[in-house]
Amino acid sequence: MIAIIKYNAGNTQSVQNALSRLGYLSVITDEPETILKADKVIFPGVGEASSAMKYLREKGLDKTILSITKPMLGICLGLQLMCKSSEENDTDCLGIFKTKVKRFPSFGIVPHMGWNNFNVLKGDLFRSIKKTEDVYYVHSYYAEINEETIASCDYILPFASAIQKDNYYATQFHPEKSAGVGEQILKNFLEL
Amino acid sequence: MLKKRIIPCLDIQNGRTVKGVNFEGIRDAGDPIELAKKYVLEGADELIFLDITATIENRNTLLELVRDIASEINIPFTVGGGISTVEDVSRLIKAGADKVSINSAAVKNPQLISAIANEFGSQCVVVAIDTKFKENEWKVYVHGGRTPTPLSTVNWAKQIEQLGGGEILLTSMNNDGTKTGFAIDITAEVSNAVQIPVIASGGAGTMEHFKEVFEKTKATGGLAASIFHYGEIPIPELKKYLSKEDIAVRQIN
Repeated sequence: MIAIIKYNAGNTQSVQNALSRLGYLSVITDEPETILKADKVIFPGVGEASSAMKYLREKGLDKTILSITKPMLGICLGLQLMCKSSEENDTDCLGIFKTKVKRFPSFGIVPHMGWNNFNVLKGDLFRSIKKTEDVYYVHSYYAEINEETIASCDYILPFASAIQKDNYYATQFHPEKSAGVGEQILKNFLEL
Repeated sequence: MLKKRIIPCLDIQNGRTVKGVNFEGIRDAGDPIELAKKYVLEGADELIFLDITATIENRNTLLELVRDIASEINIPFTVGGGISTVEDVSRLIKAGADKVSINSAAVKNPQLISAIANEFGSQCVVVAIDTKFKENEWKVYVHGGRTPTPLSTVNWAKQIEQLGGGEILLTSMNNDGTKTGFAIDITAEVSNAVQIPVIASGGAGTMEHFKEVFEKTKATGGLAASIFHYGEIPIPELKKYLSKEDIAVRQIN
């Protein structure tokens, strides 16, 4: 079973739809037992960092997420919440990844909205994906590149497009909205 | 590099696509899902569905359609038409729309932009501007372009950005339907005045028109309807052409 974490900042339905198109059953849940028992966990996100962290802490979901031992995939705001901190309303985040989340400098068009390709790309999550292929982004904040970065992208400046530490994976782009390329990345995650 | 977006717009009435379409391999040209799927396969980067009836009786039909689109389509899509409250937006987002497009209601009540942005994030708020050049000025029009307002288009665009709008869909009524090209001057002016993405709309008739708007303005997307619906410009050919002309677009492998 795949668990999609339900909280106040998720486009959970879009993720569930994408999984169904791939033939996978999933459950949208905020119950710790269900999340910890799942074979794979997806932590989606569209929204604002501080209110999302507040909600996760109130529900105890922060501790649940930190206890997950099976592969987990954070998406967009999900990735940012898994980092150390975010400049969005000066938020302390989950700290799974060491890197910090900053706001894009204002000399470019923000949000970074649309399809963009990769600079660096490595690891099982991106099996059979090419650097020239595009995925869909929409975000105003970005995670800084560090040694945990497994994919990077260039917009105004180079930033972390995907991060991995142990069983925790995360993408800044939306695989559930990235056509065939996104489907392949989700499939790779589900087959880890 | 961030790619320029090619965005087909589908007009919806009672859950069906309105403009006649002439596509090979489509059994039911009035079925928005089938048309949308065709566009996705051809490489459309986003889709916009515009409910042109937008009456209260039709809201549930639209919500059902949005649910179906969300379960079938794997690229982002925007829904517009008759949205005037945060509740309207909430229902559409819950049904699976990635973004909503608001127009007249935002002019009437600019705080609606902030209210939606605060609740669902700026990224889902597309503000559509219908603009017309008259008496030496680009002004904002509402109610499907029937009613003039005193608003200057550039000032309204700046206000949209300040209020938290995530994107501007700029349609020139002087150009719409003419197939003589996008309104380069106002698209350039608006896209220079704001730091949020601007989608150019109205007037596309040839592949060169897309090249022109991407070269001469900061628009990050180009929208069209009939030229795609009637197959006059197939999306794969358009993208191949733009790519050859050194304009970065997403290619389907």
